[in-house]
Amino acid sequence: MTTQEWKFTAKDIASKPDLFLSGHRACAGCGPASALRLIMKATRGPTIVTQATGCMEIVGSIYPYTSWALPWLHTAFENAAANASGIEAALKIMQKKGKIKEHIDIIALAGDGGTCDIGLQALSGAVERGHDFLFILYDNEGYMNTGIQRSSSTPMGAATTTTPAGSINPGKLETKKPITEIMLAHEMQYVATATPYYWKDMLTKVRKGLEVEGPAFLHVFAPCPRGWRTEPSKTLEYSKLSVESCVFPIWEAVNGKRQLSTPSKLIALAPQKKKPVTDYLAGQGRFRHLFTPQNQHVVDEMQRFTDERWQRLLQKCEPA
Amino acid sequence: MSSKEKTWKEVSIAGVCSKSSIGFMTGDWKTYMPVRDLEKCTICLTCVMFCPEGAIKWRPNMGKIEFDFSFCKGCGICANECPTKAITMKLPDEEE
Amino acid sequence: MKSQVKQETMALNGDEAVAFAVKQCDVDVVAAYPITPQTIIVEKFSEYVANGEVQTEFVCTESEHSAMTACLAASATGARTFTASASAGLALMHEMLFVTSGSRAPVVMAVANRALSSPLNIHGDHSDSMAERDSGWLHIYVENAQEAYDSIIQAFKIAEDVGVSLPIIVGLDGFTISHTLERVDVLSEDEVKQFIGERQLPMVTTQEGKTVPFKLDPQNPMTMGPNALQNYYFEFKRQQEEGMKIALKKIQEVNSEYAKISGRSYGNGLIDAYQLDDAEIAIVVIGSTAGTLKVIVDQLRKEGIKAGVLRLRTFRPLPVEDLQNALKNVKAIAVMDKSMVPGGFGGAVFSEVRNALYDIKDHPTIVSYIFGLGGRDTSPRDLRKIFDELTHIVKTGHVEKEVHYFGLRE
Repeated sequence: MTTQEWKFTAKDIASKPDLFLSGHRACAGCGPASALRLIMKATRGPTIVTQATGCMEIVGSIYPYTSWALPWLHTAFENAAANASGIEAALKIMQKKGKIKEHIDIIALAGDGGTCDIGLQALSGAVERGHDFLFILYDNEGYMNTGIQRSSSTPMGAATTTTPAGSINPGKLETKKPITEIMLAHEMQYVATATPYYWKDMLTKVRKGLEVEGPAFLHVFAPCPRGWRTEPSKTLEYSKLSVESCVFPIWEAVNGKRQLSTPSKLIALAPQKKKPVTDYLAGQGRFRHLFTPQNQHVVDEMQRFTDERWQRLLQKCEPA
Repeated sequence: MSSKEKTWKEVSIAGVCSKSSIGFMTGDWKTYMPVRDLEKCTICLTCVMFCPEGAIKWRPNMGKIEFDFSFCKGCGICANECPTKAITMKLPDEEE
Repeated sequence: MKSQVKQETMALNGDEAVAFAVKQCDVDVVAAYPITPQTIIVEKFSEYVANGEVQTEFVCTESEHSAMTACLAASATGARTFTASASAGLALMHEMLFVTSGSRAPVVMAVANRALSSPLNIHGDHSDSMAERDSGWLHIYVENAQEAYDSIIQAFKIAEDVGVSLPIIVGLDGFTISHTLERVDVLSEDEVKQFIGERQLPMVTTQEGKTVPFKLDPQNPMTMGPNALQNYYFEFKRQQEEGMKIALKKIQEVNSEYAKISGRSYGNGLIDAYQLDDAEIAIVVIGSTAGTLKVIVDQLRKEGIKAGVLRLRTFRPLPVEDLQNALKNVKAIAVMDKSMVPGGFGGAVFSEVRNALYDIKDHPTIVSYIFGLGGRDTSPRDLRKIFDELTHIVKTGHVEKEVHYFGLRE
């Protein structure tokens, strides 16, 4: 990884041409679209993007239109990381044979379905083999493209079409799979979390991930107004709230050494700034059923769970 | 679709896309549209950063922010995030 | 036909012959997962890699699904790719086989044909690749290790033809061919490289309006693997089918071109007709069983019986005209299938051959023999009984059973 910090201003980023173009068919207010558009601005040179089936893959590639102004490959749902492995192997050998002169970055994009569930095997395999690529998970906490079904990344208490809030079950019963802990257990050089509200932090992390020689993993938390039943205008607000309530703390781990990123660090240093989970849950239709007396225990459990994971994270992080 | 659709002999091999999506105007999706109060705008570029459509563009040579309504879907993120509340979402006929 | 070039004779089993051919073909990426009876292919190839004998990226993927994905993605990047599998591994790749053919990636795959579970069986039959009949891949089946070596080399040339641009399976019988040591005459590496040349890419017009080679290249961005809605999907499938039609000719061409160098030709590349010109009875079969049948035919001919064998070498695309021309005058045909079509009517090859011959006026009587499932062996004496039964059909005009489970304990 380079020690030189990539410095940039809003104007620098805003002046860069979009590589994820307008005219894509994401819902109005789409968090992943906002995130991806920005992420593509952090590319540093020739780049190939490969993507798993999912919202962001579909909205930008409805034949004959494409929103991708760079080489882009989609094959199936569970294999973004395997695609990246194949591309990387091809580029490597073609470089050895003198057919390609330049270094080409590879970005694999997948949603929480294509990363934490059906995509986990290919991801683990690709990381173990040490392919040089950046895997970016855009996490909207459900299989949104097929109609808002639960994924392992859906938080406890959320109503989805396969974990509806009924008279017996208050939404999803299981907690959110800690995918970044799994990736850290692979002893990766770079694992980080980000969210588009803190775009400067997110783009720096994309660039750091690209600079790693080997696999890197970035977990981007991106709210989905359609699936979460939130106001489309408030997408970035929820992105911010997720950090402020410690539901989604942001940090980065370089060779396993973890450090909180500034927005989460500020809360660690001033715990009174930590917002209650209910601030985050309010206004999200998928949690609406929790605001009833019979489901109060779920909200309490969610607060407890958030606090517990936050404390554990603080223990694992290097001192500020 | 304005152009005639291609026959099997004319389509590109394996479905390689033949048109950029900037030819697909999603601007007609919107109900509300953003209206700017230029006096309040501090050119912080927050709206440019967050717009999921890339419909808000920074023109460095003109020092201006430009809204491209042919792609704006009217989500209201720009209005919600603008630190000086320089943008409000209005129905097209109440723009004035 | 005499070979034009110097060849070396080596002792190789079918898997080793495949690995050796791949070694000579300047393959860029091999992504594979081991499964009996293909393991020797990947093991042998990894030895070549470990000793620096090949310039190939060898990716030991964590599953066959990822192996096929990696091959497809590498192929999309412009690389020449190879993989091998069998049985459950091939079945696991099922989704990706369709994606690969739809993406027009000329991946070459050796399949050491083996039975599918359940129950688990590691031995040879054709159920694995027959289950992938509809996957859009070319299928060539070999009779012995020599043909396995030759066909892998030919496969790259066929698949990479710009008009074909389809992936190809080269099937070799599990254990019977894959693990049986034979004398294999091999060409020199230079000869092979010259025969197949560099991979040529089809041209495609991208969203930038440029017509460029079909590969992922930052110089010429393109979007591969899009979503095609109801208004376009059908056209892409028809376009893919054109590759099959072109392959029918290309396979024959490559067979003749290869024969000029090696001295070895396999029928016309599509079918290998043995003693069929005046045959009254014949067996149609895929794979090594044909070899045994040819010996039996020789014996029958000595006895004055007009018997013949048609080894179907190319199953996809189905060589309809060649089947019709070769078999139209035969009176009774047994099609032997080393796989079942549960709930269907006879075996897979039987259905296809019968279908191909249906339009012939006074077409032959055709019966189905399902045999050899799970690697069950059939002896020459047993196989001879099939010819006897065909003779009986011709004599009496009566078919006792249309579908036989040959070698089953009943």
